[in-house]
Amino acid sequence: MAIFKLEETKKAPSTINGKLRWILDNLVSTPVDVAFSLVILFLLYIIIPPFVEWAIINANFAGTTKADCTGDGACWVFIIHKIDFFIYGFYPEEEIYRINWIFGLLIAFLALFKYVGKTYTTKIAIFSLFPIIAYFLITGGSFGLVEVPTFKWGGLTLTLVISSIGIVTAMPIGIILAFGRQSRLPIIRSLSILYIEFIRGVPLITILFMGSVILPMFFPEGMTFDKLLRVLIVITLFQAAYVAEVIRGGLQAIPKGQYEAADSEGLSYWQKMLIIILPQAIKVSIPNLVGNAIGLFKDTTLVLIIGLFDLLTMVGLTSADSHWTGFETEGYVFVAIIFWVFCFSLSRYSKVLEDRLNTENK
Amino acid sequence: MDSIIKIDKLHKWYGDFHVLKNINLNVKEGEIIVVCGPSGSGKSTLIRCINYLEQFQEGTVTVDGIELEDDVKKIKALRKNVTMIFQQFNLFPHLSVLQNLILAPRHVKGATKKEAIDTAMKYLERVNIAEQADKYPNQLSGGQQQRVAIARGLCKNPKIMLFDEPTSALDPEMINEVLDVMVELAKENKTMVCVTHEMGFAKKVADRVIFMDQGQIIEENTPKEFFENPQSDRLKQFLEQIITD
Repeated sequence: MAIFKLEETKKAPSTINGKLRWILDNLVSTPVDVAFSLVILFLLYIIIPPFVEWAIINANFAGTTKADCTGDGACWVFIIHKIDFFIYGFYPEEEIYRINWIFGLLIAFLALFKYVGKTYTTKIAIFSLFPIIAYFLITGGSFGLVEVPTFKWGGLTLTLVISSIGIVTAMPIGIILAFGRQSRLPIIRSLSILYIEFIRGVPLITILFMGSVILPMFFPEGMTFDKLLRVLIVITLFQAAYVAEVIRGGLQAIPKGQYEAADSEGLSYWQKMLIIILPQAIKVSIPNLVGNAIGLFKDTTLVLIIGLFDLLTMVGLTSADSHWTGFETEGYVFVAIIFWVFCFSLSRYSKVLEDRLNTENK
Repeated sequence: MDSIIKIDKLHKWYGDFHVLKNINLNVKEGEIIVVCGPSGSGKSTLIRCINYLEQFQEGTVTVDGIELEDDVKKIKALRKNVTMIFQQFNLFPHLSVLQNLILAPRHVKGATKKEAIDTAMKYLERVNIAEQADKYPNQLSGGQQQRVAIARGLCKNPKIMLFDEPTSALDPEMINEVLDVMVELAKENKTMVCVTHEMGFAKKVADRVIFMDQGQIIEENTPKEFFENPQSDRLKQFLEQIITD
């Protein structure tokens, strides 16, 4: 018979962790790894220095006209000169302060939401107050504000309006469609499936065209419908089908025991779905929901084809100015950076949300 | 005394599979019934019929005066007085322990938040786990989770408690902490129907033990007679296999 003493817990030796170990393991562990690492280093060498030279070292930042752009590099003077177009579109210059107010309010409301919204009621109140104020500020026509018709909206403002409204309003509709697709009632189930599969089978461009060109043909004579509103409805309905499928995936990941426990606790169908099942399903679906949101954010550029001037369209419009011809590259690089910043922030936010909702090892 | 659970000529099929065959069982208020039998014998299905998690095709089940059928109001009334403890605990992982406990009292019984929290803490103390109230279920051990599940069931002050193999998913060293809680409960005149293989528990607290095989009740007796004097060959064989010491 033998009896053993309990061993002391020791710290892992430094050769196991650490940066050097990581490089050895991941970048140069086999000849193929070494080859890949070298090729990638070479590609970075070809791309990065010339770009930095063009965008920063040889670029022109100061000045007011095209003539001030003397260097070989980028002419950022163009962007600085046209920045209002990129951000506000054709929104009247003297009314632009209203949009700045909305951006400011957005930040204020986010802070309120985080620090003041303790209960669901206050959170919902804060969440619903912002769009109402923003709506009155941006459209005008009341409270002594000049009305700005939607065809004057454009640039980043329009892109943000379309994508945020699309993303937010598609959520509840998508959730209801996902519940519908799982329903025990055959009519509700088939209608949900029909809707989801129809929308998913058709490109967004087609639906946009239908909404803006074909649909008005069926309206009675003299009835008009704001073009932007039509786009918002179409985009919401489109996005809802995708949200529904993502949520359905989340719903399928919830063990049957959760449904049974909720039933056995005596919760009603809606209590069960909204309090127990949906929060867990959304948690599982966050990466895909954010992925869809990013997709929609970029898809908003398609509204160009039905005559709305989003951020991307502004590149074409501004570089068509006869005083500023030939600066498409600067325009596209600038717009690409803006898109990247927004999309990357969304994807980081999704990571933060996932970590916060993780109750496994808190 | 009248029976609180009356099961009469109950038949159930899963597709073509005849899972429950002509079950007749009456349980009096305050009675403690242990159901045992080999796996696949229909014991879980039987107790799941009692709170209508499973629907059945023939026969009647009457619980606390409510004849079970596909009627939202009746089922809601039924579940106010019946609770079930599951093998896999089935706590809600996105809610803290306390939130798990106050959910049904608040949303089903209409208690105020304060009442619900007071009740919840009372039952958490009874299952010796009050200090974990703010943790999330996945941070607890299996035995602790099952005790939380029992406390959650108690919060709506049910007349009937159903246990579906409450200790089968637990590590051996955690089984007793759950059984101890169940033994305590048994002293309190709550009607309990337990599917379990813990024969020590059956001997200690059961009023009747039921043996099921192939969807039927084969034998039913007081624990003493059941273990010391089994009648059918199948029960004898079953007892030989599970009682090894």
